[in-house]
Amino acid sequence: MALDPSYVGRTYPPTPPYRVGREKIREFAEAIGAADAAYTDPDAASALGYPDVVAPPTFPIVISLAAGRAVIDDPALGIDYARVVHGDQRFVYTRPIVAGDELTCVCTVEEIMSRGGHDFLTTRVDVSDASGAPVVSVWTRLVVRGDA
Amino acid sequence: MSQPETWAEGQQLPAQTYRVTRADLVRYAGASGDFNPIHWSDRIARSVGLPGVIAHGMYTMALAGRALTTWTGRPDAVIEYGVRFTKPVVVPDDDTGAEVVVAGVVRSVVDGEAQVELTVTSGGEKVLAQARARLRVGTNPAS
Repeated sequence: MALDPSYVGRTYPPTPPYRVGREKIREFAEAIGAADAAYTDPDAASALGYPDVVAPPTFPIVISLAAGRAVIDDPALGIDYARVVHGDQRFVYTRPIVAGDELTCVCTVEEIMSRGGHDFLTTRVDVSDASGAPVVSVWTRLVVRGDA
Repeated sequence: MSQPETWAEGQQLPAQTYRVTRADLVRYAGASGDFNPIHWSDRIARSVGLPGVIAHGMYTMALAGRALTTWTGRPDAVIEYGVRFTKPVVVPDDDTGAEVVVAGVVRSVVDGEAQVELTVTSGGEKVLAQARARLRVGTNPAS
């Protein structure tokens, strides 16, 4: 069943603030094997001009994935998650995420298209901090595989 | 020496090699919150037509991200980073795991920003396409 293209442009309500913890950043950095001192050592981050440890470039997925669930789980859109494959991923950063950030996500459906029996869904999650300033925008393109 | 002293168009960046084991995938699942069973259960991976457990696409993207921060010498140098997932990285249930190799070439350098195109392979096959990043290199430390 093709996804309803009238969802393009739809924006979902902002998510509750996500408080970024120092140890969460450490856990993520260790999981990807990244050893840069600024991920775990506040002094090293301070030397780069940041108030606390900084997160690796793909860390925003931890927050945006949860925000994107609003779309994936939207019963009116009717996505079968078992058929979902990650197609494309892109981040555009205003600044790195740092520990202590309280981040809010707003998810917008940017594109819905069908090709070759599969549906393609692109969402953009705009992540902003407690002051409302943008931090990073996260584009995720999911492929919903057809019956074939 | 992994960080170039200067950045110029056409420059090859030193390839980085990473090893991925099942234990890494379990750790990444917990850290990222992505508990899709195709990343830890052979039974379920095979039931959806995969050869076996595959790495999270975002894990592969994170490894290529490590190459970016290694080349720039700074964790905050990435301004833009995007990839297309084309082939899964199959991770066998042994002590060796799979190997992911990340190579890069500088496409342009303008106003202290470098456009880099990445070639990311596992077992000799490209696993990412259209893998590109924009990096701040104007303050590249010479150390």
